Amino acid sequence: MTILDLPEAHSVHAPQHPSAAADDAELTEKTVFGFWLYLMSDVVLFATLFAVFAVVGRSYAGGPTGQELFDLPYVLVETAVLLASSVAFGFVTLAAQDDRRQATLLWMAVTFAIGAVFIVMEVYEFHHLIEEGAGPSRSAFLSAYFTLVGTHGLHVASGLLWMIVTGFQLARDGLTATVHRRLGLLGLFWHFLDVIWIVVFTEVYLIGVL
Amino acid sequence: MADRRTEHLPGAGASLHHYVRGLVLSVLLTGAAFALVMTHALPRNATIFVILALAAIQIFVHLVDFLHIDGSLEQRWNVYAALFALLVVGILVGGSIWIMFSAHANMNIGTPMPGMTMTPEAF
Repeated sequence: MTILDLPEAHSVHAPQHPSAAADDAELTEKTVFGFWLYLMSDVVLFATLFAVFAVVGRSYAGGPTGQELFDLPYVLVETAVLLASSVAFGFVTLAAQDDRRQATLLWMAVTFAIGAVFIVMEVYEFHHLIEEGAGPSRSAFLSAYFTLVGTHGLHVASGLLWMIVTGFQLARDGLTATVHRRLGLLGLFWHFLDVIWIVVFTEVYLIGVL
Repeated sequence: MADRRTEHLPGAGASLHHYVRGLVLSVLLTGAAFALVMTHALPRNATIFVILALAAIQIFVHLVDFLHIDGSLEQRWNVYAALFALLVVGILVGGSIWIMFSAHANMNIGTPMPGMTMTPEAF
């Protein structure tokens, strides 16, 4: 399937087929590393947006400032919600490890519900800002804010979609090697988004109101 | 626990105490950062310095307890990739702030245009 498999496919001697389990293990190792490289490229994407915010985050163009707009208790709740969903996914990982299919599904549903609350809160926050005339076109600060926080929100929304798809696969196929692998990658993605959020609430909200 | 299907997964070897420890430390670190900003306990620059430090510690906690990065031999290439990403991030963020500060300092803006406030000072 991949370039790495080609030499074996073209070898004169019949390849010695290792056991299916060993194949799965090797595929998992490669896939996890590949996904990790994707996450690192995502780090660079977010770093670009953080750099933009650092540069224009105080260019208010006479419009509202972060101090006037941001409601820290609300952001604290958002932060707690995202952290809770990250921990909830930890229970997905633990349940999957113990081959407990029902528990895995249950914790995925919990993670999904908490993650959905985060997205709803963020959409409400954006809606509220735009209603107040503090939309993304108001100032460089708000353009950078909506781009950065919105990009994070889109990632979380993609994670929720991924969770639905993997949840269906788990319900249909059980905890196969493929489902285990996808749950592992989804976990990396989900916890990674919580790490990005640490930088968001620190740079955008906390320093933004100072 | 070391099932063939899960041994190479990111969560392999994770146990409940990782998530509990991660949760407790995160609550403490996030709570401290928000409390510092909301109570104005420290001067502005000191607050910024402390909350950046708290964020760095919390990122480390998440990497160890949630993403299970432990520097084992198997993860060596993941760590190299992460270090390279960190280098790119440093150049991107540090370089942007540096360049924009210099540009701002060297541009002799006598009468700023209305609505034009070019002050790269988010940090």
